[in-house]
Amino acid sequence: MTSSERPGLNVAVLYPDLLNLYGDRGNARAIERRCAAREIDVSVTGVDIGDDWSTDQADIVLVGGGQDREQRRVQADLQRRGDDLREYVDDNGVVLAVCGGFQLFGHHYRGWDGEIMEGIGIFDAVAAHPGPKIARCVGNVVALWEGETVVGFENHGGRTYLNEGQEALAEVVSGFGNNGGDGLEGAKVKNAYGTYLHGAVLPKNPLLADRLISLAMTRRYGPEAAELSPLDDSAALRAHAEALHAALSATESALGRRFA
Amino acid sequence: MRALGSGGTALPGLVVERVQRDAVSQLAQGLAATALITGTNGKTTTAAMLARILRADGRGVVHNRSGSNLMRGVAGALVEAATPLGKLPADCTAVLEADEAALPAIAEAAPPDVVVFTNLMRDQLDRYGEIESIALRWSEALSGFPRDASIALNVDDPLIASLAAHWSGACLRFGIEDPNVPPAPAGEITDAIWDPQTQDEFRYSRRYFAQLGRWHTESGAERPSPDLSADEVSHGGGSIDFTLRLPETSVRITLPAEGLYSVYNALAAAAAATALGISADTIRGGLESHEAAFGRQEEVVVEGRRVRILLGKNPSGMNQALRTLQRPGERHHLLILLNDGIADGTDVSWIWDVDWESQAAHCLSLTIGGRRAADMALRLEYAGFPRPRAAITNDVGAALSSALELVPESESLVILPTYTAMLDVRQRLGGMGASRLWDVAR
Ligand SMILES: [Zn+2]
Repeated sequence: MTSSERPGLNVAVLYPDLLNLYGDRGNARAIERRCAAREIDVSVTGVDIGDDWSTDQADIVLVGGGQDREQRRVQADLQRRGDDLREYVDDNGVVLAVCGGFQLFGHHYRGWDGEIMEGIGIFDAVAAHPGPKIARCVGNVVALWEGETVVGFENHGGRTYLNEGQEALAEVVSGFGNNGGDGLEGAKVKNAYGTYLHGAVLPKNPLLADRLISLAMTRRYGPEAAELSPLDDSAALRAHAEALHAALSATESALGRRFA
Repeated sequence: MRALGSGGTALPGLVVERVQRDAVSQLAQGLAATALITGTNGKTTTAAMLARILRADGRGVVHNRSGSNLMRGVAGALVEAATPLGKLPADCTAVLEADEAALPAIAEAAPPDVVVFTNLMRDQLDRYGEIESIALRWSEALSGFPRDASIALNVDDPLIASLAAHWSGACLRFGIEDPNVPPAPAGEITDAIWDPQTQDEFRYSRRYFAQLGRWHTESGAERPSPDLSADEVSHGGGSIDFTLRLPETSVRITLPAEGLYSVYNALAAAAAATALGISADTIRGGLESHEAAFGRQEEVVVEGRRVRILLGKNPSGMNQALRTLQRPGERHHLLILLNDGIADGTDVSWIWDVDWESQAAHCLSLTIGGRRAADMALRLEYAGFPRPRAAITNDVGAALSSALELVPESESLVILPTYTAMLDVRQRLGGMGASRLWDVAR
C-alpha cells in the first residue's frame, strides 16, 4: 500500500430490506466505522432480489436474519447466486451470515410448517424448525471463540446441526447456540462465518469485527495489510461486559431456580 | 373472588389461569358493553381516550391498568370493580386493552361488542415468535367473536386492513386522509413488506411511519377507503388539530397530545365509540379532555424544571417519539433509559433499528441509564451523539439525578425510557416531589 492511495473495501449486504431483523444493520455500520477510523474507505452496497450483482468486487458479504416468510422470499434469488457465492468463499471471500442468513447458507432449512427452503450449502449444516409448539431459542448468549468471549442475543425457532467435519464458530458458554443440545454456536468455512447471534453482533464484539476486516484486507492487499491499528473500544467493551453479565445472571437465576 | 388478586399466586399456573378465565366470563355477563383494544402500539392511550369518551357520555367504565393486558389483568380489573357479592355496577362498560397474543382467550371470556385493532408491529418478538403468526391468530379469533360485534380496523396498516376478509359482521375502517401529512423518512424501519396472502409487495403513494400509509399492491389490493378518518391535521404547541370525519358528520378536534400516532389513537377510540352508539359531540368532548396516559407524553415539573416522558418500547414507537422532538432549531436535554426486563423485551438489539442518527443534532445534553445503558451508549456513539458528560450507569435513579443536574432551571428534560424504566423513573420523580403528575397544565 502506498500512503497516497487509501485502501478500500467493498461490503455487500444481501437483502437489506428483508433480512434485517434484530438490528443486524448494525453489522455493516461496525465495519464502516472501524474501517473509517483506520482510513480504510468502505462502500456498502445493498443487494436486493433481482439485482444484477456478483461477488467480483466484494470484500465482505453480510447477510442478516429474517422471519420464515422473508427467508422463503429470498431463497430463489439466493439459489441463483449460489455458484458465485460458493466460488467466492472458496477464494477466501469473507462472509458473515446471521440467523436466517446462516440457515440459508447451510444446505437447507425446514420451516415450522415443514416446508423446505433450499440453502446454498456453504456450511455443511442443515437447519430445521421443530414445529410451532416447540419453544424458540431466545436469550442472551455467551460463546467462546478462539479463547475470547463473544456475546449477543439469539432468537430462532430453527435448530442447526453441523454435519461431521463441519467446524463450529464457537462453543456455547450460556444460551442455546445452534440447537440447544451440542453446545456449538455457528459455523466456519474458510473466511465464511455463520452465527445465530444478533445484538447487533459486530459492534459489541470488536475482535470479531476486526477479524473480518483483517481477513478482507489480507485477501485484497496481502498479508502486510492484516494488522489493524488499535482503536478506543471502551464503549464497545463496556457493552460487551454488560451483555456478558446479562447472559450469565440469567443462567445463574435459572440454576438457582432449579436447585432451590 | 376478592382474594384472587393477591392470594392466587400459590396455585399452580394452569389452575390460576382457569380461575382467572372463569372470573372474567362470570363478571363479564354483568357488563353493559365490552370494548377490546389490541395491537402493538397505542393500546393504553386508545383505551384511556375511549374511557374519557364513555364517561363524557355518562357511562360507568371499568378498565384494566396500563400494561395489565393479559387475562390476569382483565380479571383483576373486573374483580376490583365488582361488589363483594361479585356484581358489577349497572350500566358499566368495560374498556379492556388486550395483549396481542392473549386477545383470542380474552374475547372468549368477555364477549366483545367492539374490538379495535390499532396496528401490528415488531415488538418483543422474543415473546411471540413472528408477526405473521399473530396476524393468523387474530384472523382465527374473529370467528369466535359474537356475530353482532363490530370490529374497528386501522386500514392504513395493511396487516390490519386484511382482517376484514375474515369478518362478515359490522366493520368500521379508520385511517388518515390528509394528503399534506409529511412522509416517513426514507430507510425508516417497516415491519410489513408484503402481503402474506398474495406475496405482493406493499407499495405506498404516501407512507406516514412504519408500514402505515396509503398502500397498494401490484395485484390490485389497496388501502380501503375509511368510514372514519382524520383530515386537515395541524400541529401546534402541545396539541394537534384535525377534522374527524365520522360516517354521518364531521367535527374539528383539538387533541391535547403530540405526534401523528396520537391521531391514530384518537381515531381508534372514536371508531369504538361510534360502534357503541356515541354521538360526535360527545366524542369530541371526550377526546379534547384527554390527558396523557401513564408515561406516554406525560409532563411533570420537578425542581423548577419541566420533565417530559416519552415511552419508546420498539423501533417504530421510538422513531415516532423522536420525531416529535425534531422541530427545526429545537434542541433537548435527553435522558435515555434502556432496560431489558420481560416487559421491555429482553432483546435490546432493536435499538439498532431506531433512527437515532436524526436526533444527534437535536441533543443539547445526553445522559444514559438503565440495565443496558452500555448497549445504548454504544449505539448512540455510532449515531454521532456527543459523549455523555455523566458516567453511564445501570442505576435509573443515579441517571435521573445526573440528567437533572445538566438542565438549567426553567429548561426542560426529555426522558425516553423503555417500559420498566418508565415505571421506575416515574416513581422516582414522584419521590422527588414532582406532584401533580397527572395534571400539570400544558
Ligand atoms: Zn434470529
